[in-house]
Amino acid sequence: MRFNRRQKGKTSMIIPKYQWVMKGLLIAVIAGLPSLTFAEDTLSAGDTAWMLTATALVLFMTIPGLSLFYAGMVRSKNVLSVLMQCFAITSLMTVLWVLYLYSLAFTDGGAMNAFIGGLDKAFLAGISVDTLKGTIPETVFLTFQMTFVIITPALIVGAFAERMKFSAMLVFMALWATLVYAPICHWVWGGGWLGDYGVLDFAGGTVVHINAGIAGLVAALMLGKRKGYPQVAMPPHNLTYTVIGASMLWVGWFGFNAGSQLAADGVAGMAMAVTQIATASAALAWMLSEWVSHGKPSALGIASGAVAGLVAITPASGYVGPMGALAIGAAAGVGCFLAATKVKRAFGYDDSLDVFGVHAVGGIIGAILTGVFAATTLGGAGFGEGNTTMGAQVIAQLIGVVATIGFTAIMSVIILKVIDVIIGLRVDEEQETEGLDMALHDERGYIL
Amino acid sequence: MKMVTAIIKPFKLDDVREALSEIGVQGITVTEVKGFGRQKGHTELYRGAEYVVDFLPKVKIEAAVSEDSVEQVIDAITKSANTGKIGDGKIFVHSLEQVIRIRTGETGQDAL
Repeated sequence: MRFNRRQKGKTSMIIPKYQWVMKGLLIAVIAGLPSLTFAEDTLSAGDTAWMLTATALVLFMTIPGLSLFYAGMVRSKNVLSVLMQCFAITSLMTVLWVLYLYSLAFTDGGAMNAFIGGLDKAFLAGISVDTLKGTIPETVFLTFQMTFVIITPALIVGAFAERMKFSAMLVFMALWATLVYAPICHWVWGGGWLGDYGVLDFAGGTVVHINAGIAGLVAALMLGKRKGYPQVAMPPHNLTYTVIGASMLWVGWFGFNAGSQLAADGVAGMAMAVTQIATASAALAWMLSEWVSHGKPSALGIASGAVAGLVAITPASGYVGPMGALAIGAAAGVGCFLAATKVKRAFGYDDSLDVFGVHAVGGIIGAILTGVFAATTLGGAGFGEGNTTMGAQVIAQLIGVVATIGFTAIMSVIILKVIDVIIGLRVDEEQETEGLDMALHDERGYIL
Repeated sequence: MKMVTAIIKPFKLDDVREALSEIGVQGITVTEVKGFGRQKGHTELYRGAEYVVDFLPKVKIEAAVSEDSVEQVIDAITKSANTGKIGDGKIFVHSLEQVIRIRTGETGQDAL
C-alpha cells in the first residue's frame, strides 16, 4: 500500500532505512552537524530505475495490451471504436491527472482528509526536478500513479463496448475519474479512511479492479443490451489480438504489482513471483473448467483465466507467499469462469467483454483471500495495522470491498443518469447496426 | 459426354485428385464452397456464448468426362473421398452437350 506501508515501517522496511540512517549519521559526524532528518528523503538510484521501468510497463498494459485484448473480442465493425476509446482515455486521464486529480488523490485534504485530498498540488504546483517522494522523484511517483488512473477507466470500456456514444464516454470518464476514482484512491493510498482501517490492498484490487468492474456492470445495465443480444451471434472477430493483448497485460502487470512497492527490494521481488504464479494457476484453472464443462479447452478461455489471475493477485501481491498465490489463482480461475460464462447467461445482462465477471469478481476473490493468505502461518507477510487475527483481517477486507462497491455503484448511476439526460448514452439503432467505426469515426479497421 | 460434380470434405481433395489422375482424367476444376446437408453445422463457444454455424466449408470438384469413363470416375471419387462418416458429400452427374478447347477450336470428345 505504498506510502502508508513505508511510513508505518514494517520489519522488512526497517532494514534498508537503517542503512540510510547510518549513512546520515556518518555524514552528520563528518560535517559536525546534528542532522538526521534528511535520511528519509534521499534518492535511491536503484528504486528510481525500477520505478521508471515499472511506470512504462503499466502504461504498456493499457496501450496496447488492454486495447488489443478488447479489440479482438468485438465485431470487426467496432474494432477501431474500442482502440480509440482506450487511446482517448489514456490522453484524457493524463491531462486531468496533472490538472487536479493527482492532488485530490495524494495530498492532505485537511478536515476532509478521510475522504478526499486537497488542491495544494493542482497543476502539479511545487513539484520540480528535485522533489522527492520517499526514495524516488515525485515526478516518477505521479507518473506511475497516472498509469493507474489510465487503466481503470479503460477497463470499464469493455462493459459497454459496441454501443456507447464516444462523446458520452469521454464525459463519463472525466466525471467518473473525478468523483469516484480520486476519492477511492485517496481512501486507500492517499491517507484516507480505508488505509487507516488496516485494509490490505497492495496494488489496487479495490481501487482499480472492483471499482472498474462494478462501474462496468452499472454501465452495462444502464445502457442496455446490444441490439440482438443474445439471439444474434456476436463472436469475437480476431482472437489473435485478444491473446496478444492478454500476453501484454501479463508482462505489463509486473510493473503494476512489483512496482507498487515503490522500491527495488525483497517485497517487490516476492510481488513479482506471486504475480507470475497466480496468473499461471488461474489460466490453467479456467482452461480446465472449460475443458470439463464443454469438452474442449479454448485460447479465449486460457487468456481470460490469466487476466482473472492477474486481477486476483493484485491486492495480495505484496502480502502473500507463493503457495497463497497458487490458491488465489486457482480460486479466481474457477470463480471468474463461472461468473463470465454461467452467471452472465443466467441473468441476461450484456456486460459485453466481462468487465464485471473478470475484474469485479476477480478483485473481490483476491481482496478477501488476501485477508486469509497474508497470515504468516500460510506463508504471508502478516496482517494489516491493527488486525491480529485472520477473522479481523477478512472483515477489514470485506469493509474495503463493500465500501468500494457501494460508493462506485451509486456514483456511477448518478453520473450516467445525468449524462443520459443531457447528451444521451447510446448511439441510435442505425449507427449501432452500421458499426461505431463508420458511424462515429468515419473510418474502417480493415480495408481488404 | 458427362459433367461430374462432386462435393467433398476439403481434407480429401488431394486423395481425390490423385485417384482421378490414376484413371486418366485430364483436368478438374476445384471451388471452395459452403453448405449444409445431413451433417448440419457446428457450434462455436466463446466464454459460454454458443453459436451455431450453419454452413460448413466443402470443396466442389467438376470434371468433364466421356460416357464410357463415367462409372470409373464415380468409383474413384467414391472410394477416395470416403471416410464413412456423415458429411462425406455427394456426386452429381449431368449430361454435357458440347465441349470446346479454346486454343485449337477442337470440339466434343477431342476436346476432353
